[in-house]
Amino acid sequence: MSDVAPPVTVIPRKRRGVELLLILFAVAIALTAYVIIDLNVIGEISSTLPYLAAFGILLPLLAHFAIRWRLPYADPVMLPCVVLLNGLGLAMIHRIDLINDPPVFGARQQLVWTTLGVILFMLVAVVIRDHRPLQRFTYTLFLGGLVLLLLPLVPFLGVEKFGARIWISVAGYSFQPAEVAKILLSVAFASYLVEKRDVLALAGYRFLGIDLPRARDLGPILLMWLASLAVLVFQKDLGTSLLFFGLFVMMLYVATERAGWPILGTLLFAAGAYLGYLQFGHVRIRVGAWLDPFSDYDSFYQVITAQFGMAWGGILGTGLGEGRPGLTPLARSDFIAAAIGEELGITGLMAVVMIYGLIVARGLRVALQCRDPFGKLLAAGLSFAFALQVFTIIGGVTRLLPLTGLTTPFMSQGGSSLIANWVVVALLLLISHHARKPIATVVPVDVDSETTQLVKGLAR
Amino acid sequence: MSEIALTIIKVLFLALLWLFILSAVSVIRSDLFGKTVPAQDQPQPRQLEAPPPPPKKTRRTRGDPRVFTITQGQQTGESAELASGTVMIGRGADCQLILDDDYVSTRHARVVAGENGYYVEDLGSTNGTYVNGQRITAPTSITLQDTVRIGKTVLRLQP
Repeated sequence: MSDVAPPVTVIPRKRRGVELLLILFAVAIALTAYVIIDLNVIGEISSTLPYLAAFGILLPLLAHFAIRWRLPYADPVMLPCVVLLNGLGLAMIHRIDLINDPPVFGARQQLVWTTLGVILFMLVAVVIRDHRPLQRFTYTLFLGGLVLLLLPLVPFLGVEKFGARIWISVAGYSFQPAEVAKILLSVAFASYLVEKRDVLALAGYRFLGIDLPRARDLGPILLMWLASLAVLVFQKDLGTSLLFFGLFVMMLYVATERAGWPILGTLLFAAGAYLGYLQFGHVRIRVGAWLDPFSDYDSFYQVITAQFGMAWGGILGTGLGEGRPGLTPLARSDFIAAAIGEELGITGLMAVVMIYGLIVARGLRVALQCRDPFGKLLAAGLSFAFALQVFTIIGGVTRLLPLTGLTTPFMSQGGSSLIANWVVVALLLLISHHARKPIATVVPVDVDSETTQLVKGLAR
Repeated sequence: MSEIALTIIKVLFLALLWLFILSAVSVIRSDLFGKTVPAQDQPQPRQLEAPPPPPKKTRRTRGDPRVFTITQGQQTGESAELASGTVMIGRGADCQLILDDDYVSTRHARVVAGENGYYVEDLGSTNGTYVNGQRITAPTSITLQDTVRIGKTVLRLQP
């Protein structure tokens, strides 16, 4: 075989051992952060640290073994990145907890949510195992997603906090149903578009060099536009509205490969956002805080303190536990990126953004690798939604964009977001397992089945 | 703690964060190129009785077909390597050539390497497999000159 080029095949490696090492590394970083914070703020290591360390090692290991057991070919980088983000988020929340006197226990609550998230992660990995059957529930999931998205508008159930009505409150627990809707709608869009992409891509007319679809095929995009406008108008949340509309338009683009969709979508969203700006005071406040925060110290207080914090942090940060992130209202949830920018500096914030970038890049790589169109679209949609969410909130905190009420995935305090994002990662790993595992037909499954017996005779 | 110790710890922690990123990236880098395994290391699809090297050599001199390519239809240009011995064609996700066409069955047909050439075989599809316009009922030998039609797609062997 040396004279001809030997037939060489590339099979993805499982790399589970590397994943385990990276996970331990990530846990070590998060625990180091915890210890540094304790030493800097209270001067001693808090008594809860051993329990926390045990938990912090056990949970990622459980997730890792679930993958090892059921999804051995899944992507090796994604889980460690997620573990690191979650751990850093926990450390940061703990740090802000310590500012309050007496200390509050936001980190403990967040750890409970993390546990729940990891349990759901394992359930998805172990129970669902294959993403393709999800394709059957297109319209059920679509309906479920829309209902969840609009649920906060139901009187008595929905709660208005900080000017946005995106929470529901059940038995004392508040929950952001949009986070779950994000997953349901991604699955629904993916399976809908797999069926309809040909008709959306091919039937249509050309206008100003843009391929536009037929009027009757515009139904779903108009429906989604109306739904996101409803979110913008009635729930008063630009971020959620942008997230869902962007997700839908981007999946349309991926499915049809027609540039007309994103152009049309951007125009529609811009029109909606401009109307919102003219019509609603809260949108104007957000835009004002974005363009000229220092004009009104009282209304834009949060954005201003976040700016000061990040400016004080500079390149290397003030050091964990040495800054004053507690001055910013909501530093634990919406403004956790500002707290990181203050205490770890731009170097640390860039590292965090980079880790988000790695997760998104791996997600998109799964979409490229995946062999079935549904898995492709779903992976592309989930990773794009993740990227858009990170971009919108970190962009909002750093004043690149108007501030929105989205959560920082895995880091900011809040159960719904954390759980939903663990499920997103589980789905991505599920698809990546199916994309990366060696092709099933390499195994001679049907050599002895009846249709092939003739071939055997001939081949011999 | 002294100012200098604080700074050292701060910088070390940031270095640790970036070290994590670098190691993740290096895992991705090695993953990108995959593990190139010589064919004999993987589970062999089918072991023919004859040792593989000699026929390989003689066949290659005659312009041996190496890929099965789509020459007409929506997915023109896509192809599948024949090196593994069998190419499954159909709509199913486990096929090497996935045809996105309503007239194609989930596991429609396959191309198998025989000792003296390649055979195309219909796997009980609904709409049939055509070799040079003739619907086939049994495994049929194909060469570089023959065209295979499945649904709205035309395929052929190519060197």
